[in-house]
Amino acid sequence: MSLLELNDVRKTFGAIEALRGVTFSVDAGSAVALVGDNGAGKSTLMKTITGVHHPDGGEIRFDGVSIVGRDPGEIREAGIEMIYQDLALARMRDVASNIFLGRELTRSVLGVKLIDTSRMRSEAEAMIERLGARIPSVTQMTGQLSGGQQQSVAIARALTFNPKLVIMDEPTAALAVREVEHVLDLIRTLKRDGISVILISHRLTDVFSVCDRIVVLRQGQVIADDATRSTSMNAVVAHIVGAHSEQAS
Amino acid sequence: MTSASTPAASASWRARFAGGAALRLESLVVLAVLCAAMALLSNVFLSVSNILNILLATSVFGVLAIGMTFVISSAGIDLSVGSILALSGVVGAMLTSNLGLPWWIGVLGCLAMGAFTGALNGFLITEGAIPPFIVTLGMLGVARGFALVLSNGVSIYGLPAAIVWLGQGRPFGVPVPVIILLLTALVAHVLLAHTRFGVYTQVVGDNEGAARAMGVRVERMKVLIYTLSGLLSGLAGLLFAARINSGEPTAGLNYELTAITAAILGGTNLFGGRGSVAGTLIGALIMGVLQNGLNLMAVRPFYQQIAIGAVLILAVWLDRINSREGWRR
Repeated sequence: MSLLELNDVRKTFGAIEALRGVTFSVDAGSAVALVGDNGAGKSTLMKTITGVHHPDGGEIRFDGVSIVGRDPGEIREAGIEMIYQDLALARMRDVASNIFLGRELTRSVLGVKLIDTSRMRSEAEAMIERLGARIPSVTQMTGQLSGGQQQSVAIARALTFNPKLVIMDEPTAALAVREVEHVLDLIRTLKRDGISVILISHRLTDVFSVCDRIVVLRQGQVIADDATRSTSMNAVVAHIVGAHSEQAS
Repeated sequence: MTSASTPAASASWRARFAGGAALRLESLVVLAVLCAAMALLSNVFLSVSNILNILLATSVFGVLAIGMTFVISSAGIDLSVGSILALSGVVGAMLTSNLGLPWWIGVLGCLAMGAFTGALNGFLITEGAIPPFIVTLGMLGVARGFALVLSNGVSIYGLPAAIVWLGQGRPFGVPVPVIILLLTALVAHVLLAHTRFGVYTQVVGDNEGAARAMGVRVERMKVLIYTLSGLLSGLAGLLFAARINSGEPTAGLNYELTAITAAILGGTNLFGGRGSVAGTLIGALIMGVLQNGLNLMAVRPFYQQIAIGAVLILAVWLDRINSREGWRR
């Protein structure tokens, strides 16, 4: 059974039809690439899955249950984490509070729930260490870290709470070669641990090296959905630019 | 990418200080220098009765500034606090003086009027998607207008003794408004720095999209933040009315200027993301000392307006410089 199933998902913004009936699924422990030109609807689709946008039509089922209408907090609770392209970090707060953003640990003092900063810091430190990320200190303000370090914080946040599905939006776009390898290794590790991944990327070499399926989105519709081993880089590029959209549909 | 090579030790030192403590330290220095200057210029400045006077004068706009700290931390602004103060005071005075209801209904009436008006601000900002600047500027006019309409433009005298005590009482020599200011600050400090509500307030100001993506209910937060600011404006209205024993429709004119200045002086980032109640208290004291000092030196009140406005511009300028150096955007 598929972990995530999208069926005829639609979304319009005013006169613009961003998603025109998207259907695809993600199996447990597999990595699916979502590729397409700028404006194809990838980010809108992902934000619709994470609850930032609500679909105008169609069905999204996760673990067999419909998650349409839930807010982003509830969808994270269900086990879907997303690493946003802009990383979605509070840059004036420290690393630990970013990792626990939305899920702060609290302790009760006189019936009032106060944030447990010291426990958050020690757990954040453990998570950063497990990931092998090089961050000077979890008490450092996130905005003062380098781009790669900030991304490590966003990754750590996505992995701290045992997700079943991790969505990554262009995770390698801003990284150096060595850091890209690190992210690809991470995706392989996640798959091995039974965690599903949706990878949005323009870098087809990355996509071909870690993903099991490749879904091509064009003008808000899926125009190709193939197993990686039964397609080729040329075919995917042709789908992205719409060179043989006739045959695909 | 220039600061990426900063050594860890000095980086964490900077992280701690750029978090607001540096500005608070600067504000303390400003306050100390200002006090020293005033003490040299006036021989009554350091007397106990004058210091209590400063604290008493600070208490009303200090309470406003605490609410403003939450609003500005969330990258919002509330220009309606002075008008809500007046409207609340008038409503409290009408309930007690005109209608003869018990004192505690007057107190609750003040607070409820403030909270309701603040909630209305929050509702219009979120549901109407109107910028906070416009909503609260409009409310500045609307709330002041209602205060004038309800009171027919005249003061409502004769509040119950219990309410007057809230403004004029001095248990152990300390004015009640000062005690209320400090208690409010204590609760607000815990709320802003140590609870989810406070953290989310600052995260909404830091990166609203991130807050929403991570499950913070941003719209609900904003309504609550403006309701809190309104509630504290109602409390300030109660203190103001109690102190002069009347509901005054023209009370709190230009207090939004003082409250915003106090919050910014205390290290709250005008562009949102961080704020400190302790800093705001220091900022409010700077404003109090400044006004008191100018009074002692018999400077005409017109010049005080100039001084407060100039301090606000200067404080934002310094804040600008500080945030440019503190982190990359």
